[in-house]
Amino acid sequence: MGNVFVICEIEEGKVADVSLELLTKGRSLANDLNCKLEAVALGHNIKGIESQIYPYGVDVIHLGDDKRLEFYTTLPYTSIIVDLFKAEKPEVCLLGASTLGRDLGPRVSSALFSGLTADCTALEIGDHSDKKAGKEYKDLLYQIRPAFGGNIVATIINPDCRPQMATVREGVMKMEIHDASYKGEIKEIDVDKILKPEDLVVKVIERHMEKSKVNIKNSSIIVAGGYGMGSKEGFNQLYQLADVLSAEVGASRAAVDAGFADHERQIGQTGVTVRPKLYIACGISGQIQHTAGMEESSMIIAINNDSNAPINKIADYVINGDVNDIVPKLIKLYKKNTK
Amino acid sequence: MGLKIIVLAKQVPDTRNVGKDAMKADGTVNRAALPAIFNPEDLNALEQALRLKDRYPGSEVTILTMGPGRAADIIREGLYRGADNGYLLTDRAFAGSDTLATSYAISCAIKKISDYDIIIAGRQAIDGDTAQVGPQVAEKLGLPQVTYAEEIVSVTEGIVAEDDKYGVPHAILADEVSLNIKGSLVIKRRLERGVETVGTTFPCVLTVNASAPDCRPRNAKKVQKYKHAKTVTEIQDQSEDYMDLTADRPYLKIEEWSVNDIETDINWLGLSGSPTKVKKIENVVFQAKEAKKISSDESELEELIVELIENHTIG
Repeated sequence: MGNVFVICEIEEGKVADVSLELLTKGRSLANDLNCKLEAVALGHNIKGIESQIYPYGVDVIHLGDDKRLEFYTTLPYTSIIVDLFKAEKPEVCLLGASTLGRDLGPRVSSALFSGLTADCTALEIGDHSDKKAGKEYKDLLYQIRPAFGGNIVATIINPDCRPQMATVREGVMKMEIHDASYKGEIKEIDVDKILKPEDLVVKVIERHMEKSKVNIKNSSIIVAGGYGMGSKEGFNQLYQLADVLSAEVGASRAAVDAGFADHERQIGQTGVTVRPKLYIACGISGQIQHTAGMEESSMIIAINNDSNAPINKIADYVINGDVNDIVPKLIKLYKKNTK
Repeated sequence: MGLKIIVLAKQVPDTRNVGKDAMKADGTVNRAALPAIFNPEDLNALEQALRLKDRYPGSEVTILTMGPGRAADIIREGLYRGADNGYLLTDRAFAGSDTLATSYAISCAIKKISDYDIIIAGRQAIDGDTAQVGPQVAEKLGLPQVTYAEEIVSVTEGIVAEDDKYGVPHAILADEVSLNIKGSLVIKRRLERGVETVGTTFPCVLTVNASAPDCRPRNAKKVQKYKHAKTVTEIQDQSEDYMDLTADRPYLKIEEWSVNDIETDINWLGLSGSPTKVKKIENVVFQAKEAKKISSDESELEELIVELIENHTIG
């Protein structure tokens, strides 16, 4: 049986958080499958990158270091990974559901005719019996994700094709060092041998990468607003509440789609996953797409005027009423009691 | 320069408005039970195509969609907004396709259309949110892809002799590896942490983000022109008057292709061509826990605030 592979994203010599989270998950899947965990690291001048990767319990790093791999472009990365996978026949391949992973994953899966499931919120190992075909499958990767606007949760499997590929968003899996002194081995990829001239037709002309201005993922208090805020002006009140509480402002997809907030504030399956100490959900109904990204918050306060809102079922406190009336009251009362 | 542009569009169930009978027992979507709309990001893709047509008169915008018969609505909607023609790919053989089988079928239809410069799709559809079909179509056609596109900055026709930083000018690529290069594009991409400008040769596949400009509205004259545009299946139910109307108006015929009209390997279609299977579908049921109910009354709110300050949750 093949091993578990994780494609590592590297930006400015640092392995991305989402890749380290997937290595953590990959280690536990490899333990369940009793196989090795292998990482793929592509870039330029990335010697020494292994010190960031081994501690997550990585047995083998496939390293491709070449000037042509400095910035991610689809075709060279695809060629290298397809070539590697044809030789290594991985059982499982995990990628971040980032702009890189969501560009690369489908291209690789199409070339290898292997299934790919996007934006998984849980990954487990389990069996499957196909009664129609009379076939039994052992140790498949269950790729679990909300689907259909969050109205259902689907478990997807790839019974016959390998690798079983899945993308996962940043923050969904926990990042945990397996063993700080863990050592694996490096296998160099012969980039020159693989890359063809036609892999290089797309070129990066200019790049402006910003450090994210908002840091909702690491904030211990989050004030999040939904479509129920009613307007951009209504939504903007949340910044004042966040300001007094030293919190960050998050948003549901509906609020982002309505233009109340930027996408970088979106919490949920297609945004960030957060686990703050306190989550205040204002005018958010709580579709599973959203709750998938915040249900592990230590404490949840829901403010809305719909006593049947799904969010109320996972909340610790439900404040029933007009959110535009309650938020200013909370600001006032907080100031009064902290003087 | 007249560009031939294919826009990949999907009719999607409006997932913001889902009822109880939305799923069939086999775990696939019961599309008949849901309001159907033009996938929002495919409208952003259409707008990019129409802007190219504005810039380069003589260009042609073709809508390609796969789905049930009623997906012809998508093509009419595209015609109302400025597209020139459309193809509906519809057959039971495509039912149950995952993204890979879908991409295969669409790539076969594109091969049949054969004359194209740029393929533009929305980044992802709201019913699946996978963002996989664009890149997979590109792979199946052996074309370069640029995803997360926000703006087509420039179009240059023909092979440009350029000093390439990798030492592989397009002329050599076209000559030595017989790569099909009709020109090059400069595209601005919107990534999660920034903006990137890339150059690509075309033909190529682009996928467009919601952050790109919204699609222009319907044009009243075009609505008049195309409101009777129909597929062959829809025409069957029409009166003789309709036949008279369309006799000298060939633009009212929407091309409808079944699996027999395109060249495919049947094993790659539908459920058999789909490596992913749905094992289980669960309706979402929240584990109800006992929430403490608080009214909007100031004294109750104050009690909560004081409690949170005292247990160091806030403050």
